[in-house]
Amino acid sequence: MNGFLAEELAVFPANYAGHLKLALGALLTGLVISIPAGILAARQRHFAGPALATASIVQTIPGIALLALMVPLMGGMIGFWPAFAALSLYSILPMLRNTIVGLRGVDSDVREAALAVGMTARQRLKEIDLPLAAPVIVAGLRTASAWVVGTATLSTPVGARSLGNYIFQGLQTRNWTAVLFGCLVSAALALALDQIIAQFEKSARDRKRSHALAGMAGLVLIILPALSIFIPAGAGAGAGTGSSGAAPAEVAASQPLQGQTFTVGSKAFTEQYILADLIRRKLEAEGARVQTREGLGTTVAFDALANDSIDIYVDYTGTVWASLMKQDEPAQRSDMYAQVTAWLLDQRGVLALGKLGFENAYAFATSPETAARYNLETIGDVAGKPLSIASDPEFFGRPEWTRTRDAYGLQNLSIRSMDSAFMYDAVRRGEVGLITAYTTDGRIDAYDLVLLDDPRAVLPPYDAFLLVSPQGRENTALLNVLESLEGKISTELMRQANSRVDLERGSVAEAGAWLYEQVFPQEE
Amino acid sequence: MSFDLASGETLALIGHSGCGKTTTLKMLNRLIEPDEGEVRLGGLNAHDMPAHEWRRRIGFVIQSAGLFPHRTVRENVLVTPRLLGWADARQERKLRELLSMVGLPAETYAERYPAALSGGERQRVGLARALAGEPDIILMDEPFAALDPLTRTGLIDDIARLKSELGFASVLVTHDFAEALRLGDRVAVMDGGRIIQKGAPAELIASPANDTVRDLLAAPRQLAETVGKAFGDQGG
Repeated sequence: MNGFLAEELAVFPANYAGHLKLALGALLTGLVISIPAGILAARQRHFAGPALATASIVQTIPGIALLALMVPLMGGMIGFWPAFAALSLYSILPMLRNTIVGLRGVDSDVREAALAVGMTARQRLKEIDLPLAAPVIVAGLRTASAWVVGTATLSTPVGARSLGNYIFQGLQTRNWTAVLFGCLVSAALALALDQIIAQFEKSARDRKRSHALAGMAGLVLIILPALSIFIPAGAGAGAGTGSSGAAPAEVAASQPLQGQTFTVGSKAFTEQYILADLIRRKLEAEGARVQTREGLGTTVAFDALANDSIDIYVDYTGTVWASLMKQDEPAQRSDMYAQVTAWLLDQRGVLALGKLGFENAYAFATSPETAARYNLETIGDVAGKPLSIASDPEFFGRPEWTRTRDAYGLQNLSIRSMDSAFMYDAVRRGEVGLITAYTTDGRIDAYDLVLLDDPRAVLPPYDAFLLVSPQGRENTALLNVLESLEGKISTELMRQANSRVDLERGSVAEAGAWLYEQVFPQEE
Repeated sequence: MSFDLASGETLALIGHSGCGKTTTLKMLNRLIEPDEGEVRLGGLNAHDMPAHEWRRRIGFVIQSAGLFPHRTVRENVLVTPRLLGWADARQERKLRELLSMVGLPAETYAERYPAALSGGERQRVGLARALAGEPDIILMDEPFAALDPLTRTGLIDDIARLKSELGFASVLVTHDFAEALRLGDRVAVMDGGRIIQKGAPAELIASPANDTVRDLLAAPRQLAETVGKAFGDQGG
């Protein structure tokens, strides 16, 4: 806990700079598109309708969906560009609408007088129409800036760094301080940007330089914290999440990855954050520079790997089997891994490097009280009982759920989707009867949860394994380093690492450091 | 229709709403482009040059003044000279001359914004703006309609005086025969998009060409008789 602030501050410049770059870039792009379009639309009614309708439709798409849609639309690209594109689209409507409304609101007598005194159409636009419409247009810009700064926090799942990294990771690891921190900084940035725009507007309206200066000063002030990312890594903070402890003993010795840069991905739950941190530590110990892309969705992470946007991440055999290969029938453990490996390489050029040694499967879990009350031992015992089941939204969309449901006659269960961070407490308190626990989660032991048997072996195995991108698999030095992780993490070890975050409220970096020490004990 | 104007002359276009007088006026400075026909000023044809250049040679005054609300009186008045590229000193001289002519001393009024002016003051600034480019002709579209009677009389007097001092020709659109009478050297009565009678005010009063003209004169005539009688009874 006490390490929290230092760690959060260490990644702050990168998160903040990413957020600012996204927000300012999207606003500027939106401005450049919507002002000319608004000018055109204000004078040509047959263009105004379609333009506004299109922008409104974009606006009705929830922010997180629009961001996620950009990934396939841009050929599986993740990171800055899809987030930037989605946010730019988002910023267009308020500015377009206000430009049209503002220009149409200019007094027609004044506009006619402008022509009568001898202005050209262009002079009238510049000297009369735009200045008089400016307050309305600027109001649109302020609306857009509030939306964009807020929505930018949702860029994390598509792999763009933002203040959302604090929120998403905090939510998954139940680190409410991080969630609050991300929200507060984002809100402060939105307010600051609003004030800056207001200052520039005042300076334009009253033609006073003092307001412009105040605006510029504000702009510098919000950009300044982002600039510290340019402090070279050697100077300290730049290297990333508290890597100070990374094996100084090995520095002078052979560093096979010296000078290389890799990107490690992680999906959005505690174990994934910890594993990404572990891999980062290992690669950095071998001399590499490492970036992380955290909190990605399953398909986003895989697509990013397949097109070399990230180099490495950890996935699970059952996930690839069901979500990517679209296989309905489960397979034997060893057979499944062989098939998954072959499919990944043949179909997507991705290398499955090896199992890490643990399994993180879905298991039906219930509280001891519920188990006793309804006499539950196997999944089949649940049939016909008046119980509810909670899981992450992904699970209920997978074939293994429908298959389990049909195999054990679970049609009567009422279904509740919730974030995995909340479901363990929900089942412990009896708010839901069952959950689909992750078998590596430390809360199974801590809460004394009862795991129900699966006698028909309907639930597929979920062995964790390392995936390497098409580019990365050509890199022998990298593969050699990564192979050192193979078989090193037992289910028990992973569960302990997860507990450090989920139960003991330690940070991901602390858990990652701990796991690193367990896997690679420091030899003298 | 066809009409012409001698230099320094004022023609009043009069008629009921919708008779086409404003349309006619706006064709003169090409705010409305005629389907056919031509407009000439001196030796120049309106369509031999871009519309904005043509308009810089013609002053235009409208009912609501149409001042630019985000510009000061100075900037409003000097807009056409600026577009014409006059030197600063010449612009400054013009500003002072015109503002003093319309009774708004530059020291007091030049830096004010239109919102800080009364209706009559705004109309005077509008008039100064129309005259600033030293046009040979100014067009006035119901310039007095929004003013109270006292302000209206004052402005009419000012325009009459400016006309004699500066010597510009003008076309005045109005529906008020008294205004036409006061400012117009000639009056043209319009109906249904055409001129149905044209002549000196006295001619119209003496021999209206048809019922429309007669109707148009009926109300002012009635008023004149009532007012005249009232003043006569007082032994004035």
